Amino acid sequence: MAHAIPTVVSGSAAPPPAQRRSRTGYILLFPGIAWLLVFFAIPLVTLFATSLQVPVPGKPGYFEPGLQFSNYATAMSEYWPQFVRSLVYAGIATALALVIAYPLAYFIAMKAGAWRSFLLVLVVAPMFASFLLRTYAWKTILADDGWITSTLNSLHLLPDHRVLNTGIAVVAGLTYNFLPFMILPLYASLSKIDPRLIEAGGDLYASPIWTFAKVTWPLSLPGVVAGTLLTFIPATGDYINAQLLGSTKDHMIGNAIQINFIQFRDYPVASALSFVLMAAILILVFSYIRKSGTEEIV
Amino acid sequence: MTGTHDRSGRSLSRRTVLQATGVLGVGLAASACGAVAPQGGPAGIAIDMSDTDKSLNWSNWPLYLDVNEETKNYPTLSAFEKQSGITVAYTEDVNDNNEFFAKVRTQLEQGQDIGRDLVVLTDWMAALWIQDGFAQKLDKANIPNAVNLLPKWQDVNFDPGREYSLPWQSGFGLLGWNKAKLKDTLGVSVLNSVDQLWDPKLKGRVTVLSEMRDTMGILIAAQGDDPSNFTEDQWNKAIATLTQQVDNGQIRQVTGNDYAGALESGDVIAVIGWSGDMIQLGEDFGIALPESGGSLWTDNMEIPALAAHKKNAELVMNYYYEPAVAAQVAAYVQYICPVAGAQEAMASVDPALQENPWIFPTPEMLTNSYVFMTLSSEQDVKYQRSFQKAIGN
Repeated sequence: MAHAIPTVVSGSAAPPPAQRRSRTGYILLFPGIAWLLVFFAIPLVTLFATSLQVPVPGKPGYFEPGLQFSNYATAMSEYWPQFVRSLVYAGIATALALVIAYPLAYFIAMKAGAWRSFLLVLVVAPMFASFLLRTYAWKTILADDGWITSTLNSLHLLPDHRVLNTGIAVVAGLTYNFLPFMILPLYASLSKIDPRLIEAGGDLYASPIWTFAKVTWPLSLPGVVAGTLLTFIPATGDYINAQLLGSTKDHMIGNAIQINFIQFRDYPVASALSFVLMAAILILVFSYIRKSGTEEIV
Repeated sequence: MTGTHDRSGRSLSRRTVLQATGVLGVGLAASACGAVAPQGGPAGIAIDMSDTDKSLNWSNWPLYLDVNEETKNYPTLSAFEKQSGITVAYTEDVNDNNEFFAKVRTQLEQGQDIGRDLVVLTDWMAALWIQDGFAQKLDKANIPNAVNLLPKWQDVNFDPGREYSLPWQSGFGLLGWNKAKLKDTLGVSVLNSVDQLWDPKLKGRVTVLSEMRDTMGILIAAQGDDPSNFTEDQWNKAIATLTQQVDNGQIRQVTGNDYAGALESGDVIAVIGWSGDMIQLGEDFGIALPESGGSLWTDNMEIPALAAHKKNAELVMNYYYEPAVAAQVAAYVQYICPVAGAQEAMASVDPALQENPWIFPTPEMLTNSYVFMTLSSEQDVKYQRSFQKAIGN
């Protein structure tokens, strides 16, 4: 390259070419960094600053900048049950989604043949309807006089004699709403597996189950990890399912944040809750990724 | 192109962009501070453009104005536009007092126009707007029909003499039920006491309102106290009742308007609900004021500080205080009409509704319903917290 030849002798003029090249890199990075700065870093700092604000004496609902770390203690001592409930509900929903999605994704990727794209469209199709409407529809499906509830009741499986407005309904709603986010990454991983590897397992006298455990499952792990993250993270912060399908005893951390922000106008506590939620999810996700050992997806 | 030229050009553009980002960042930070810093009240001065700009932005609650189901327009509003030459942008974007306030609060505090000239807020929120200087004083010269306001609504403690607000509609918080289901479970066709809601046969089939003043007002009245003037102990007693019924599973959910759907599907049999909602549900559903008393609330029209079309807003208020127009609205929304003469005017709109006590309540019904005690901001926060805690928040 012509630029590689030093042309200027005087000390101060042109920078060494290597430096110039790296500057080009920065300029190309600029839009991305600016985006992160404006839409991620600044809001995050603002959120953190808000979580430390101090109430203005005599003016409820008004706050001034401060360093009140006790907001975090208040938030956690008041809302730890909702916090634990969020993690438990989201955890169960993620596990259920994995159990439902894996066979489905496996079938679409390995067995569906010409039906592949059609089935994938069917997986995504419900997302064309609004999230809120789909959740409302579950109210009808799980109604007290509906066939699901009557069937379960005749088997004496329901302690409260109902499904709607219980924790079961909330977990069902979460599982349903985030299922496509589990299926799609699983499908992507499974469809990339070379069928000859599975055949080779059979050629080496491994049983189908053994082949699955030693070949298919490990190769699909990136999809499992991506799918569980894409389901677990939004499910933890969700509040619509708990609000529409739950009772007063099923509120999650999202409900607590919403109530504090809108009803109580307690912005510091709402911000502190959001911040703790974010931190907890980050820690869980990192330890999960380290454990599952699929670094390539991060 | 020489290396030097190239370099200066590049670094200049980079600096400019960085400056721009800096400005943007400071701007964001400033607006973020403004959202939380205490302010004395609106800073700017409203300039009324009504005479030159014949338009009006009105924010109201859903299903709160007569609609022609075929053309999907608002007959009374169209008539007003024709008669006054003012174009009205009518938006149903008030779904919840707190939610709406959260949306416009920052602008109000910074003394900015919120882009609305007329808003409809429930008593306590209307009171907060007046107290914090977010509402403009009405020029009654533009609203001669304001004299049609019924005496019951003329003097409210948050706005004596109605200088800042005019009622839009009122309603009762009361008992509601699904007739067929109630007959099946309790064997009665009418509910008349709050205690009936706590019958074990209705376990998990009862909802109460998430609006603190309606639910708590009715519970306080049910224990024999006065919701418009109660003590700390009386409040705590009512909260204990609520907590108990939530914890033992008697109360299935605490909702806003959502209870209507649950009553229709039969999942919920009896509720503490709102009169207008219940009437709109139709014949299969019953309502009654509890013997101990129901709650009475009012939604009020107010003009936000710095609204650009104050006079136009006052003209529309005046228009809706004509008895004939008020009757037309009441016939559709079926809430209590606060306009004198509307009952007589109803004869030509829908004679069947003329004696409807839910639109034109009898004096006894008004005596048997309470306006919730006016709370200071501190009390409001304290009671809201206590209420929300009882209902699982």
